[in-house]
Amino acid sequence: MSAHDHADHDHTHGGAAHGTLRGYLIGFVLSVILTAIPFWMVMTGTLDNKQATAIVIMAFAVVQIVVHMVFFLHMNPASEGGWSMLALIFTVILVVIVLSGSLWVMYHLNANMMPGLHEMREMP
Amino acid sequence: MASTAITAGAEPVFHLEEEHAHAEGGSTMLGFWLYLMSDCLIFAMLFAAFGVLGGNYAAGPAPKDLFDLGLVAVNTTMLLLSSITYGFAMLTMDKGRVGATQAWLAVTMLFGLAFLSIELYEFAHMIDEGATPQRSAFLSSFFTLVGTHGLHVTFGIVWMLTLMVQVARYGLIEANRRRLMCLSMFWHFLDIVWIGVFTFVYLMGMLR
Repeated sequence: MSAHDHADHDHTHGGAAHGTLRGYLIGFVLSVILTAIPFWMVMTGTLDNKQATAIVIMAFAVVQIVVHMVFFLHMNPASEGGWSMLALIFTVILVVIVLSGSLWVMYHLNANMMPGLHEMREMP
Repeated sequence: MASTAITAGAEPVFHLEEEHAHAEGGSTMLGFWLYLMSDCLIFAMLFAAFGVLGGNYAAGPAPKDLFDLGLVAVNTTMLLLSSITYGFAMLTMDKGRVGATQAWLAVTMLFGLAFLSIELYEFAHMIDEGATPQRSAFLSSFFTLVGTHGLHVTFGIVWMLTLMVQVARYGLIEANRRRLMCLSMFWHFLDIVWIGVFTFVYLMGMLR
């Protein structure tokens, strides 16, 4: 189907894929499901364990981000000669370093540097 | 990498292998993608700030006192619907149907405006209750993160309006197709950022 869509006008950008109706609909249905389940889980408190709920909804978010990338942004390893994928991988690495680094450092800073009750009492 | 093309009876021509004749705007998509990646880093900083400061309520209101998940769910639906309608706009653009493209863009813009209105209503409601950005570190980082996303959506809508005028005046010419494709990437990217926002800020906020 998409091959015909691309054939009927002059493309100068190398036939960049814009996706198909099917692709958009699959992506949409998947994201609705992947959005609804975390909301349902938190709103009804299905899992008693908060930590487990947090891990599950984060997993859903990651899957949904991948779904959006594939079906809406049409990311694939070959687009733009692989450069967009390379830029994406580089950015993901930076984001992971920034997020995990900040949370890790600041968590320990809070835990170790805050004057607790014990030390406060020993202060002059 | 350099290669040599030698044709009989002509001067040898040296050119870089990547350097063929470039169509105008041929590198726009990659350039715009790089912009989006840098934008992604801005949001990563804001998410990190929220992650660090999100628990500091300064004896003020906590997420549980402020957030209405029903409203957030409606908001998320608006943005998701706007994503798929923009996809339809791209599909009709591929077929060269100006009227249908304009109609889908208009629908997308309405969903975008609905999203913004709900967000502004939420902000106004919070500020009304005294949960202003100055109240606590949690609220400062919340308003900065969600506000920056909202600002992006606002500019996306302005951009969409501009392109609708462009398409109305000049039709679906090559330049306009390219611009619409850039906006498509921008719009879907904002939806991806929103996935992070509703997961980390709203849903995990309610779990705290």
